[in-house]
Amino acid sequence: MTRHFDVIVIGAGLFGAFTALHLARMGQRVALVERGAVGAQSSGANFGGLRLQGRSVEQYPLSLLAQQVWETFETVIGEDCDYDRNGMIYFARTEAGRKKLLAYADNSRACGLDIALWQGADLRRAMPWLAAQDGMIASYSPRCAVANPRLATPAVVRALVRAGGVLFEHCAATAIKRSESGFCVSGPALGALAAGRLVNAAGGWAGAISAQFDEAVPLFSAGPPQFVTEPLPYALRPSVYAIEGDLILRQIPRGNVIFAGYPRTMANADGQHTFVPPAKTLAGMRAIAQHVPALRNAEVIRVWSGVEGYLPDMLPVIGASRTTPGLFHAFGGSGGGFQIAPAVGECLAHLVCGTPGPVDLAPYAIDRFSGPVRVSDKLAAEFDQGKSAG
Amino acid sequence: MAADLPPVIVGAGPAGLGAAAALVEAGMRPIVLDEAARPGGQGTRRLAPGLAPAAHRLLGPTGARDTAWREAQEDRVLAACDWRPGTLVWGVFGTALHVVHQGRHETLPFDRLLIATGATDRCLAFPGWTLPGVFALGGAQVALKQHAALIGQRVVFAGASPLLYLAAVQYLRMGLRDLTVIDSTPMAAKLRAAPGMALTAPGTLLEGLGLMRELRAAGVRLVFGAQVARATGMDRLDGIEIHHADGRSERLECDALAFGQGLRPETQLAELAGAEFHFDPALRGWFPITDPDGRAGPHLWLAGDGAMTGGRSAAARSGRLAALSMLAAQPEGTRPLADNLLALRRSVRRLRRFQHHLATAFRWPQDQTARLPDETIVCRCERVTAGQIRQAITQVAGPADVNRVKAITRCGMGRCQGRYCGLTLQDLTAVTSGRPAAAVGRLRAQAPVRPIPIGSAEEEGMSP
Repeated sequence: MTRHFDVIVIGAGLFGAFTALHLARMGQRVALVERGAVGAQSSGANFGGLRLQGRSVEQYPLSLLAQQVWETFETVIGEDCDYDRNGMIYFARTEAGRKKLLAYADNSRACGLDIALWQGADLRRAMPWLAAQDGMIASYSPRCAVANPRLATPAVVRALVRAGGVLFEHCAATAIKRSESGFCVSGPALGALAAGRLVNAAGGWAGAISAQFDEAVPLFSAGPPQFVTEPLPYALRPSVYAIEGDLILRQIPRGNVIFAGYPRTMANADGQHTFVPPAKTLAGMRAIAQHVPALRNAEVIRVWSGVEGYLPDMLPVIGASRTTPGLFHAFGGSGGGFQIAPAVGECLAHLVCGTPGPVDLAPYAIDRFSGPVRVSDKLAAEFDQGKSAG
Repeated sequence: MAADLPPVIVGAGPAGLGAAAALVEAGMRPIVLDEAARPGGQGTRRLAPGLAPAAHRLLGPTGARDTAWREAQEDRVLAACDWRPGTLVWGVFGTALHVVHQGRHETLPFDRLLIATGATDRCLAFPGWTLPGVFALGGAQVALKQHAALIGQRVVFAGASPLLYLAAVQYLRMGLRDLTVIDSTPMAAKLRAAPGMALTAPGTLLEGLGLMRELRAAGVRLVFGAQVARATGMDRLDGIEIHHADGRSERLECDALAFGQGLRPETQLAELAGAEFHFDPALRGWFPITDPDGRAGPHLWLAGDGAMTGGRSAAARSGRLAALSMLAAQPEGTRPLADNLLALRRSVRRLRRFQHHLATAFRWPQDQTARLPDETIVCRCERVTAGQIRQAITQVAGPADVNRVKAITRCGMGRCQGRYCGLTLQDLTAVTSGRPAAAVGRLRAQAPVRPIPIGSAEEEGMSP
């Protein structure tokens, strides 16, 4: 027996969950189909940063719209997700880093963000725990925040269910077929679902779906190594990012220091996990010991990574298919998907319903890969050597 | 295979040392690593030097003589090995071990690896188990043998484990009289297991009966079929409440409690080295899959209680068996050994089968987790309660797999990486979601398997 919906969303990561939630709240009958558990991949295993700094100007409309949702998450979603407006520090220690930091600061200010620049005595006062501060520069953004990625997606999915959406968890969609009236999605545990419109929000697996509809994209899976220390006295409120990429850390109020760092590692062959090689754990530990010597005697208790979908220009695909009417895409968060997800969901839901959305999605169109592919400078800097987007 | 790399053995307990002895006899010089400063492992942990004069009292005249002989043997074997005590192995990646030795990180490449990391106590949470004064049964033995200290003056040993009687007797022999043993398995169930135990390991059965007799003769109270309902106390333990099989409750004053539900294998390193796992319903746990000789992969062998619970003799013999299998895989330049392989395999199998009878004699308290009050702390590192776990599982889009429950609730995310809460988490997830224990999965291992200091990465060395 086929169950009928208005829209089927494939993938219960944060993109899929927010898209489904907005659709349901706009009165659509929505099915959210997830092969594994809700929010178990990059939506649940990322650093939890709600970072507004370090973006190009074109990314800000989406980013700022999303931040408004994070700032009111409890009201909008009905549950808390450990949102904390803790502020964020970027610091640069090389000349190239300094230039990049100042350019990012200009972008942020142009888009209305409050940015403080620290050097010399100011920097020492604000970051007394940072070693070798001479010649360094830092930018501070008070509006940046963090949230708990393990809690956010399940909370959004519960809001979806309350709004009338139907969740199919642990139900792989093994076949997606185009039909007269739209799409038929089926699988052994799923049964058969039919809908006029389909949203591809399948994260690291989304490339297979877009390829099936003749719009292959150079999507690849990877994850940054992350680890956490034992709980220590809470002393470091803002998130701290080295613009050179080798050190990203924050302390959660219960005391653990969470660390992430580049280069990112390619996902395992199974596509489901990213194993963190011990050499990366050690490189991260060395970076911490070098920059934050007070943490030298702290102990690392756990290491993890996730599977994130990346595109070579480090921008997601969000928008309508160019080949298939009724098909929409939202994937390839490229390490920045967590922050923008609430806005991705809202904009895409409008697109699916044919109503005007709050943000122009042109920069995120899928056909940008039909011509020469623009490659972000982050691709060379933040991934293992010898790997590429293919 | 790179024949120039010596075999590497992780763990200098009975299994690791049994393997080391065979490799030395064959003319090799294996590298032996152990986290501890002295060899022996857990069950055969060596006495603190200050306790040497008490060895006769603690171990009995025969036990003391056997122990001295065994330790002298072990020392001779280790003298012929590349013995590296105080070495924490925290990760396995490809064919290299990652270790911290004297505060420094080292990478140790291997071609043949034997993991013999033994077992730790299986602990099921109950109200009050996190109070100071409450110990694992193994912890009570470590206090005595390594630190020459007793965990209290009025001590209760409780749970479902043969260690109950061994630990209680050791405390008795050190002069403590105010002892109680609360065995949660009813006598009738023990009698049902007796014939099987007598067939598989009569010596061990007699040893166990001897311990019970010794306790009885000294007037120690032994209670069967009763469970610890809660431990009480403000800042530390002042007593326990037990529920008898007939429904009666009873309060016992005590200043220390040692508890446990048998042993669980330490398998994190084996998992990182590529071992696959199967669920053993009788032992209610996940064990690595090996061939009869302990081989688990092209470069990997597993032995001792970390491979399959079996006790000291099974561990020593399974270690030897693994070493023979290693030698057979790469015999070049070694002396052949004259072991009867078939007999060795048979005895390891028989001794391990004994454990399945033990699982009847010391029955898993099946209903304990279901009855756990919501406010009981399950994960002591992250202070996660049974109620929080139940709520997480039963909500919409709630998890039904232990790794997801961990992700949502933080249970098992702390320092101990689920060693002490993992079993309660498994039972609670199974009971709450209405699925069998095997279906709720197994907490995945990630390196580091133990906490490692950030500063240890600063100067990396290569060895050998």
